[in-house]
Amino acid sequence: MKRFLSLIAVLVALVALNVLLPRVTNPYHFQILMLIGINIVLAVSLNLVNGFTGQFSIGHAGFMAVGAYTSAMFTIKLGKPFAATLTLLPEPVAQGVALLMALVAGGLVAAGAGWLVGLPSLRLRGDYLAIVTLGFGEIIRVLLLNIEAIGGARGLSNIPTYANFFWVYGSVVVVVVVAVRLAHSTHGRALFAIRDDEVAAEALGVDTTKYKVLAFVLGAFFAGVAGGLFAHFLSYLNPSSFTFLKSIEVIAMVVLGGMGSITGSILAAVVLTLLPEVLRPVKDFRMVIYALMLIVLMITRPQGLLGTREWSLGGLFRRGGPAKGAA
Amino acid sequence: MQFGGLKAVCDLDLTVAQGELVGLIGPNGAGKTTVFNVITGVYAPTQGRVTFEGRTISGLKSNRIASGGITRTFQNIRLFSRLTCLDNVCVAAHPHRQAGLTSALLRTGGFERDEAALKQQAMDMLEVLDLEAFADQPATSLAYGQQRRLEIARALAGKPRLLLLDEPAAGLNPQESEELMHLIQEIRKRFGLTILLIEHDMKVVMGICERIAVLDYGLKIAEGSPFEIRNDPKCIEAYLGAELPK
Repeated sequence: MKRFLSLIAVLVALVALNVLLPRVTNPYHFQILMLIGINIVLAVSLNLVNGFTGQFSIGHAGFMAVGAYTSAMFTIKLGKPFAATLTLLPEPVAQGVALLMALVAGGLVAAGAGWLVGLPSLRLRGDYLAIVTLGFGEIIRVLLLNIEAIGGARGLSNIPTYANFFWVYGSVVVVVVVAVRLAHSTHGRALFAIRDDEVAAEALGVDTTKYKVLAFVLGAFFAGVAGGLFAHFLSYLNPSSFTFLKSIEVIAMVVLGGMGSITGSILAAVVLTLLPEVLRPVKDFRMVIYALMLIVLMITRPQGLLGTREWSLGGLFRRGGPAKGAA
Repeated sequence: MQFGGLKAVCDLDLTVAQGELVGLIGPNGAGKTTVFNVITGVYAPTQGRVTFEGRTISGLKSNRIASGGITRTFQNIRLFSRLTCLDNVCVAAHPHRQAGLTSALLRTGGFERDEAALKQQAMDMLEVLDLEAFADQPATSLAYGQQRRLEIARALAGKPRLLLLDEPAAGLNPQESEELMHLIQEIRKRFGLTILLIEHDMKVVMGICERIAVLDYGLKIAEGSPFEIRNDPKCIEAYLGAELPK
């Protein structure tokens, strides 16, 4: 009952903000807010792989691209005509249904890609795994660049802009709830065990193969969802949005926030999305200062903003208490 | 077991009866830990096979062997450093859970019960090893001897029938190893365990083992009761070197 009430409360808050925010903020601020939401989904999903399980993946933009193009094509070919048939529903609801289907489709195809990459990668660790995921990301980008049916280098335009505040931040809530519940379950502990000592985890009965694939599949699914939101928010996709640099940007969020810390990923996603915008007045020096700030942050807090801890209101009052383990 | 041209363990024939406490000793590099790694599936034997309760287990994956009833501790402590003591033990109880991933994500009643039972089991195990006060501390904050005990707690949480202890007394002071001897005997009785023990501390080995096998350069050079081993010329030679020919 309590859980049901909080679900209702979250939905009401999302709907209210969805109506209110576009009216009280200017379009530029609103766009940043939406990109922050999408980046939170990306950072938390990558944290499942890199932070929770300790598998260094640098191909997250690839999964995002798979989800983005799949969901965009889904909406263009199926979702939009389908939404038009739902004449009984108010327009935003009909579009929401179409978007939800597109996001799930994008997420599932991305998860399939995550499974494919995860399987051969299981025998690889550290640097070698990183290279495989890097290769995957680049293959996806080059493929997108060369498939004419989805726009190729011209990009894919006229994607219906179904993604509003409700869907972006609704996805944020879902990915965070999934990550937190995973962390506080026997499955999450299995992932942490793999991160800390794979040999010991295996010797204690943890099916490391299964759990590494699980982390990849879950992470890829939500990266695909983030891609779908991105497509339906900007209405235009281009392969150049999913370069290696995008993957690095998401990794920076996970590392900066603290590996394995969900609130850390959220905080870092907010900071790293805002920073380039805040630095606009310094013009040419923008990326120089951005990079410098990253370097200084990593020198002063190598464990990330939050380390492996979680930020909570309660935690503020018990500083100095025994540090809790990851998540 | 062969690594390239190196025969690490060769023609080892070792049988441990149910309920027995057998010691495995030998000089450094004799292949004792390799034997453990072969039993627990870290390596597949290049020749021969391992059977457990009548079934061949060599070639199975480590995690299958663990959930099948053989767990171990490590010579060089391998705790999950960023997890609490309780969570370390919970990981090992993992194969015995019932609730799947979806029920964990939906937080169903079944999952909550499962999780509570798992935590309780882990807590009980910490109590057996006298570590319950440290349940919420990170594993690495424990003193060395406590970390060794936590490794044993973790191995026990997997509900093994055969427990492999790899130098549990290494680095302990005489009093601690005395306590360890009692502890091993106690858990053996309490959980009805069969134990295979690698140990360099002769007082521990001679004190609690019923039977001892001696490895040297990958070969079994002797096997017998502690008394027999103590007086076996080959063992004395392996450990102390041979007398010069007169």
